[in-house]
Amino acid sequence: MLNAKIPDGPLEKKWKNYQEHCKLVNPANKKKLDVIVIGTGLSGAPAAATLGELGYNVKVFFFQDTARRAHSVAAQGGINASKNYQNDGDNVFRHFYDTLKGGDFRSREANTYRLAEISANVIDQAVAQGVPFAREYGGVLANRSFGGVQVKRTFYAQGQTGQQMLLGAYSVLMRQIGLGHVKSYNRHEMLELVVIDGKARGIIARNLITGEIERHSAHAVILASGGYGKIYYLSTLAIGSNASAAWKAHRKGAFMAGVSWVQFHPTCLPQSGDYQSKLTLMSEALRNDGRIWVPKLKGDDRFPNDIPEEERDYYLERKYPAFGNLAPRDIASRSAKEQIDAGKGVGPNKNAVYLDFKDAIKEYGAEEIGDRYGNLFRMYEKITGMSPYKQPMMISPAAHFTMGGLWVDYELMTTIQGLYAVGEANFSDHGANRLGANSLLQASVDGYFIVPVTIGNYLSNEIRTGKIPTDTPEFDKAEEDAVERLKKFISIKGTKSAEYYHKQLGKIMFHHVGVSRNKKGIEEGIKLIRELREDFWTNLKVPGGIYEVNSELEKAGRVADFLELAELMAHDAYDRDESCGAHFREEYQTEDGEALRNDDEYMYVSAWEYTGYGKTPKLHKEELTFEVVKPSVRSYK
Amino acid sequence: MNVTLKVWRQKNSKSKGHFETYKLNDLNPDMSFLEMLDVLNEQLIHEDKIPVEFDSDCREGICGQCGLTINGRPNGHHHHTTTCQMHMRHFEDGDTILVEPLRASAFTVIKDLKVDRSAMDRIMQAGGFVSVHTGSAPDANSLPIGKMDAEDAFDSAACIGCGTCIATCKNSSAALFTSAKITQLATLPQGEIEREKRVVAMVDAMDAEGFGSCTNTEACEMECPQEISVTNIARMNFEYNRALLLGKK
Repeated sequence: MLNAKIPDGPLEKKWKNYQEHCKLVNPANKKKLDVIVIGTGLSGAPAAATLGELGYNVKVFFFQDTARRAHSVAAQGGINASKNYQNDGDNVFRHFYDTLKGGDFRSREANTYRLAEISANVIDQAVAQGVPFAREYGGVLANRSFGGVQVKRTFYAQGQTGQQMLLGAYSVLMRQIGLGHVKSYNRHEMLELVVIDGKARGIIARNLITGEIERHSAHAVILASGGYGKIYYLSTLAIGSNASAAWKAHRKGAFMAGVSWVQFHPTCLPQSGDYQSKLTLMSEALRNDGRIWVPKLKGDDRFPNDIPEEERDYYLERKYPAFGNLAPRDIASRSAKEQIDAGKGVGPNKNAVYLDFKDAIKEYGAEEIGDRYGNLFRMYEKITGMSPYKQPMMISPAAHFTMGGLWVDYELMTTIQGLYAVGEANFSDHGANRLGANSLLQASVDGYFIVPVTIGNYLSNEIRTGKIPTDTPEFDKAEEDAVERLKKFISIKGTKSAEYYHKQLGKIMFHHVGVSRNKKGIEEGIKLIRELREDFWTNLKVPGGIYEVNSELEKAGRVADFLELAELMAHDAYDRDESCGAHFREEYQTEDGEALRNDDEYMYVSAWEYTGYGKTPKLHKEELTFEVVKPSVRSYK
Repeated sequence: MNVTLKVWRQKNSKSKGHFETYKLNDLNPDMSFLEMLDVLNEQLIHEDKIPVEFDSDCREGICGQCGLTINGRPNGHHHHTTTCQMHMRHFEDGDTILVEPLRASAFTVIKDLKVDRSAMDRIMQAGGFVSVHTGSAPDANSLPIGKMDAEDAFDSAACIGCGTCIATCKNSSAALFTSAKITQLATLPQGEIEREKRVVAMVDAMDAEGFGSCTNTEACEMECPQEISVTNIARMNFEYNRALLLGKK
């Protein structure tokens, strides 16, 4: 049984209790301690900067050319905080409850409560950094509503909230780098985690410009490496987003939890061809004013504006009158897929549904709607050549966010001592489905406010350790493994590129471990993943060498890890005989097609232990106990 | 559609570069410019050749990592776009397209179309921030900021750090990039305390990195994917002179 180390006391006192009793490191000792951070998104950058401010020696690694690129930058809609600035009845408990319910009661009460509890501080912090959130004329902050919630608690900066939050974090990171407290390694990729006597003690990294393999030691390692939705190839993620850091940690003993819980975002641009490298996200905020519909008639080819009201099916409003177009993402995505599968999809490939602003423009005027969504409308027009002012947008679901990830305890430590996982890289606060605008929040909370505190509790025992040497057998072995693998990729000299395998894997995952799954489909998926993996290791072609810039080599490493993770995801989805949140198993649904949870048998988090290449992973259960909230049927009707 | 590409190939920062010609057939006009390069690379791998290195990440115009000089212009012949948001439908069937890295005195070519833009980070390190520690912030609504001020600050803050302005400028000036951050923070009360120190430090860093001077051609604004206005540069000059007058240098 896994122990999440949840502090004693009532829910609202747990984090306070923890902070009052955790161990501290005094300023003189912090200087003797090294911390490695992987990633500079909205979790990694704050973690690195805050630890630098505290006085630790921090090294931060990322594959992009500068820290401002991490994919948090692309989050559009907003960030939740239960400030109750709108006086609409919001409070920490409601925020906590909405998040827990949104996650279909598959997250840890204590963590989720803490997320809501700290949310207000994140907004304060961002504003102090100069993040230009939207304001009212009187000068106070503005809020908007978001999916799955009945209050306005979302703070936003036009449709570029993630960018502004990330640039705030980037600015404080730049300050720490300038002051010499944080050393930055851009264009570096972590290839191996080094574990010594059960503790994370460093990494092996590849300099992506020279190709050199480097050893870096530390007293603790923080993975802020993001989610792995790019495993579906077509996703809303960045081209470079990957699972490799997390997967390397998993292979060295860090459990992964809820791995098959993947959120498909309902409002993305549909795929238009095979060449396509990503699916662009249109913020969910659009659902505040846009109405989603499909023609009632199958295969209706009329221009959308020519289809009269009575021949349109506003299916979300019909099925979920209380939440309507603001139903949570998993429900909105699944409903869209149902309509598309039923032959009511629209657009040239019949793979989309309409998102219509006609009524909103009639009510508020084009100018007001432009103020709210102008940049999104421009982006849509740039990509598709069509104007949402004149005709409905076409949207479809795409892989977006991974609720699953490295299992962490209350301190955000993985099952490897001294290895932490923050932000999207961990499983934790979102359960089986994440609510909109909670992702920027979780990343920020983890990075600014949690890990800088909890890491002290661990590092207080490391003050006498001294510098970790890198000329040890463990570092030798880790480097050897990393180099051997790189050599292997190049030596296969097959016929197919890493990109080919990634695309194939994406298709398998989408069809077999996607928006909805069933036992037979998953079994078939596992078979296909194994075949593809075998083909990869016999027919892969990576041009060029190791000690130079080589994007194909980088891709090969990432795809190889995806090919292993895919099987774990399939296994996780197979093992859970229930539907919950984004995990919709077709065998387990109510008569009217809603997710059917099985609380008697599956009220736990599945945490998987790596047992060897191609071997069945070992299941560990973390039982979920709900002390405050009674899990109910998640209804948005 | 079919196109002929003349692509800049350069082994590393020390070697001399040259153009190589490639032909691509049956392209879909809906693909983005970078997806077209993906197709080229698949073709090169198939032919046992070394693929073309180029940077990209989000491919939705917000991360700032991509950026190519297309037919002599950063990000191609459209104003206000990133390379990833440039689509093949804006080219003609049969076109010959010249593809080069972003060119600027302070950018070094790493390989092919990849360049080193880390000088821009160093400008930010000199002062592109408010010195606020985690945990020390007052309540967000304790500092009222007018809606218009917040929107103006946002317009400056929207910079994606792609370097298009620098590559566009005949002097390789980083004035638009640097001034956007200075203006954002000078517009907001949070930036007030370090206002003079910031502008002097950032302008000095910009000069030290080898960026050229601004001669007000305003070409940067024409190409900026985020439509950052050259009035930011005017504001930077004002802030700099103000700091000098106040004796803060």
